Amino acid sequence: MTLVLRGVAKDYGATRVLDGIDLSMEPGEFVCVVGASGSGKSTLLSLIAGLTPASAGSVSLAGAPVTGPGPERGLVFQSGALFPFLTVAENVAFGLRLLPISRADRERRVRWYLGEVGLSSLAGALPRQLSGGQRQRVAIARALACEPAVLLLDEPFGALDVQTKEDMQLFLRQVWRDTGTTVLMVTHDVEEAVLLAQRVLVFACGPGRVAAEVPIDLPAYRALTVKRTSSFLGLRATVEDLVRSHMLTPEREKV
Amino acid sequence: METTPGDDRLWPGRVQFALLATRKVEALMSARTAEPAAAPPDEERRAWEPLPRRSDRPGRLRRRPPGSGASIGKNRSGAGGPSLRARWGLRAASVLVPLALWAAVSTAGLVDPTFLPSPLAVLEAFAEMLGSGQLLDDTLASLGRVGTGFGLAVLISVPLGVAMGTSAVALALLEPAVGLLRYMPAAAFIPLLIIWLGLGEPSKIAILVLGVVFFNTLMVADAVRRVPGELGQAAATLGARRGEILRKVTWPYALPAVVDAARINAAAAWNFVVVAELIAAESGLGYRIVRAQRFLQTDKIFAVLVVIGIVGLLIDVALRLLRDRLGRWVA
Repeated sequence: MTLVLRGVAKDYGATRVLDGIDLSMEPGEFVCVVGASGSGKSTLLSLIAGLTPASAGSVSLAGAPVTGPGPERGLVFQSGALFPFLTVAENVAFGLRLLPISRADRERRVRWYLGEVGLSSLAGALPRQLSGGQRQRVAIARALACEPAVLLLDEPFGALDVQTKEDMQLFLRQVWRDTGTTVLMVTHDVEEAVLLAQRVLVFACGPGRVAAEVPIDLPAYRALTVKRTSSFLGLRATVEDLVRSHMLTPEREKV
Repeated sequence: METTPGDDRLWPGRVQFALLATRKVEALMSARTAEPAAAPPDEERRAWEPLPRRSDRPGRLRRRPPGSGASIGKNRSGAGGPSLRARWGLRAASVLVPLALWAAVSTAGLVDPTFLPSPLAVLEAFAEMLGSGQLLDDTLASLGRVGTGFGLAVLISVPLGVAMGTSAVALALLEPAVGLLRYMPAAAFIPLLIIWLGLGEPSKIAILVLGVVFFNTLMVADAVRRVPGELGQAAATLGARRGEILRKVTWPYALPAVVDAARINAAAAWNFVVVAELIAAESGLGYRIVRAQRFLQTDKIFAVLVVIGIVGLLIDVALRLLRDRLGRWVA
């Protein structure tokens, strides 16, 4: 199963927000996309998820073209987008309920994913009773329960405080290693991208396109302390400079 | 942001990219962190008068002892505003003060008791009507009409509203017509409905339906439109199809707001049934008022009015409880 994008472009009216995106992902890969706001990062995920059609080019998963949304491409929103009227366990079970599987099988799967995200004790809680970090854990478990070929994350930790965010980053690496799922994550946080990914794509603005690709050759097991190593700091500086040099600030636009 | 890519526009970025490409990262870094050439001139700012401060207006925002936990905008529950006991006192006063005024005016003999019966006379009339079973029959007759008419209106308006809230086609097709019909007063349809349907039950039911259905349709459509689009998208990425999104996401999310809309329109329905019965009926609370008017029994009119108010309030409370039960998940 491989995600392949070829010459993908997206226009909103007369404005081209994405242009000439070529991307391919190996199964089990963890890729982060960074770029200044307005570089079309979120639009990219929306195209892969099948929520918006591409204006040009093709998106395909394991050779089959993407024509609409589906559970093989799980998407996690920044807000979590949990169903507020369902409990945590019911949220995780949402996708499974649409499939012809037995109740026992469904419950077993829900239990496993709740355990994986550390929320077994909150199975009966409503989303409004959860903290921001817990909500994102539920959203990730809900997407993973459908066993997606690729997990798409749209700035999933953007609204969290720094400590919670670090916990969630370690948690996501852990989940990725446990489940072997392919992850494509959009973020504006360069440090996060370097900490998590095996490969970072830097997007340029106006129109959004891939400006650079930085392989992250850090150890497979990464603790938070990796952030203090010189190789991490070097990679972070490189990516930060790339992001900044491909930014299109309003001041520059006026010039 | 209209950013038409042009050669001239992007060149600052390209220059920096060229720098990077030649590995002059340090030059870039120093360019970014360099101090500005000159400090901004602030002589002008120094000449400004200090901003005047607004003095505390006594009474508007009472000072509280520190640590009492009261803060602006959190006056609704407990912390600020009147205490629980004071609030219940105010609530009691809201009913008891007008009642006392009424008693005072009628016992002082300021108004002819034929026009303004005393509270005691109204209570007697109430007891008499209750004893003969008349009041119960009339209340049940009115409630039966509301049940049928309002129920029909809900059955029509909820599917229409959901269609308008979820489909652009249905919205464009229905909104102008519903929006126009909504402003035609249902009471004005009474003569027409009597011509069409006669004096019997159907015309009264029809008035109720006409009075409720258009408002409720628009309010249901609004409730459905307020469902965050992200939830439907999330459901779609989990494999839900259109119909499943509607049934499993849109509808449960909108349900508490739909019940709230029904609650507001139930008040209108309860009004319309009395209006309908005032004009032509052989039973019901509105009919009882007309009968009493014929014999100048203002005490009975007052008693029926109080019953109408109390029954209306009970309907409201019941629907509020239902809404709270269905909407336990609402933060």
